[in-house]
Amino acid sequence: MGFNWLSEPRGDYYTRHFVPTPEAEGDRLILNLGPQHPSTHGVLRVVVEMDGEYIMKAEPVLGYIHRMQEKMGEVKTWRQYLPNMGRVDYLHALAWNWAYVGAVEKLAGIEVPPRAEYIRVITCELNRISSHLLWWGAYLLDLGAFTPILYAFADRERIMDILQMVTGSRLTYCYYRFGGVSADLGEGFIQATRDFLKQFKTRIPMFHDLVTGNMILRGRCEQIGVLPLEMARRYGATGPVLRGSGLAYDTRRAEPYSVYPSLDFQVPVGVNGDAMDRYDVRLAEMTQSIAIIEQALEAMPDGPHINPDVHERLKPPAGEVYYAVEGGRGKIGVHLISDGGPRPYRVKLRSPSFCNLQLFAELAQGTLLADAVSILGSLDLVIPEIDR
Amino acid sequence: MPGLAKTIKGLWSLIVGLGVTGVEFFRPQLTVHYPRKEVDNLATYRGHIDLVARDDDPLTPRCIVCRKCVAACPSGCIAIESRLVGAEPGGDARELSLAPGLIVTGSHAAPPPRQKIRREVAAFHLNYNLCSLCGLCVQTCPVQSLAFSREAYLCGSSRADFEFELLERLRRRAPAGGQRAA
Repeated sequence: MGFNWLSEPRGDYYTRHFVPTPEAEGDRLILNLGPQHPSTHGVLRVVVEMDGEYIMKAEPVLGYIHRMQEKMGEVKTWRQYLPNMGRVDYLHALAWNWAYVGAVEKLAGIEVPPRAEYIRVITCELNRISSHLLWWGAYLLDLGAFTPILYAFADRERIMDILQMVTGSRLTYCYYRFGGVSADLGEGFIQATRDFLKQFKTRIPMFHDLVTGNMILRGRCEQIGVLPLEMARRYGATGPVLRGSGLAYDTRRAEPYSVYPSLDFQVPVGVNGDAMDRYDVRLAEMTQSIAIIEQALEAMPDGPHINPDVHERLKPPAGEVYYAVEGGRGKIGVHLISDGGPRPYRVKLRSPSFCNLQLFAELAQGTLLADAVSILGSLDLVIPEIDR
Repeated sequence: MPGLAKTIKGLWSLIVGLGVTGVEFFRPQLTVHYPRKEVDNLATYRGHIDLVARDDDPLTPRCIVCRKCVAACPSGCIAIESRLVGAEPGGDARELSLAPGLIVTGSHAAPPPRQKIRREVAAFHLNYNLCSLCGLCVQTCPVQSLAFSREAYLCGSSRADFEFELLERLRRRAPAGGQRAA
């Protein structure tokens, strides 16, 4: 008679969900992926019940880096809340910047000069490329390929240098302001962006040669984590996760904002909804972002980069507003309620990673542990955005 | 047969990938080895804020102590101490204007000349521990008295190391023997 640790009611609230049934006892193993695990970028914990190498049940546990971003909105003035936006999703910070300033502009009826709209498109798309590049490198790192992240970072560093010229930061940008952007693009920025795009166009085929065709990668991605469209809809998935399942839903097209209607770009979609499709969609999106930036650089008019009439102590009229933009991971929505005062009455942030993570419990059921890591990576989760 | 074709294609994919790495192996190194070399993007680096001196006086900041930056800061990093200058030691100019009923003056006496009183920075504290470098203070300043420093290599071992007194920093930065312009 040995000590049967499985029947011991130990562990915390989450692991106690996983007490195995008497008939399965002895064969099952309860395992914590995370909170600190190399395959989860950030502190995400997934409790999994394993039968051998197979996952019987998985449950994501959130909240390890909850920072009360929404509550903070209620104690800061409308303008003071701006730097928070760069910290919700640190990889595509400018999209969050945009969602918040867009919501406030809609609520207060602030006009944005055309040049500022183009500057936002250019910088936001550059940021999207850098976000996808980091995902690409980190995902392949999860799957055991070390070199790609070095190639991804070589290009990402260049994007960060370019964005540093105007924003002053490399990661947690706070660049957009109500009615425009905080600094105008100089000739140096435009030239550096053109040079980068020219060179980056040759890098994408190189990325494909390096790994996309690789038989090991295909073995780890094809037919892994097949996400039916119906299920993606049920969980409210957006972004490349949804598009990988075959629905061409892109906020830039579905709910057009800014100058996107005048720009010509495609919305890449997948066919099977497996991890490989999500991979392909993201790589194709980088190509589309290049096209968008090139058009925006051509079409960018002269003029002011910020509306000078916006008051420092902005008090939008009472009311509520919802504004959504397309981020690197999906639809970013900001819902604001104003009581006409100097601070928001309520801020609600809709983060795409939160919805995309919920899929995982169902998607991982019955897969191999190694495949679950591949699925988790293919969802491109940013943990601070999940917890907010 | 399709299995064999697939295997050959798969093996070829590995060779293509190795080809990419092989070519890259002979390219110049991209890594910048820090203590020996420096990255080339420090010119656009945005460090903590610093006071900007007046054009005519390298020892005095442009600041007019309006405290707009204090109100704009999301994290409460900035605290300004000020003093009044221009008032006479007795400070009677102010009292006169505040309580005219208490002062007995002859009907023929001319009112005392108005004194030009202005506020001056006595100390400008920045708690860089809390700063998120959003730039709202720099953008708000009506007299462009704030600018970002280029301090890329800032390190310290305690919180106190990042609590700066910006007026002192401005005076230290001023050219040696900098005198108040006449």
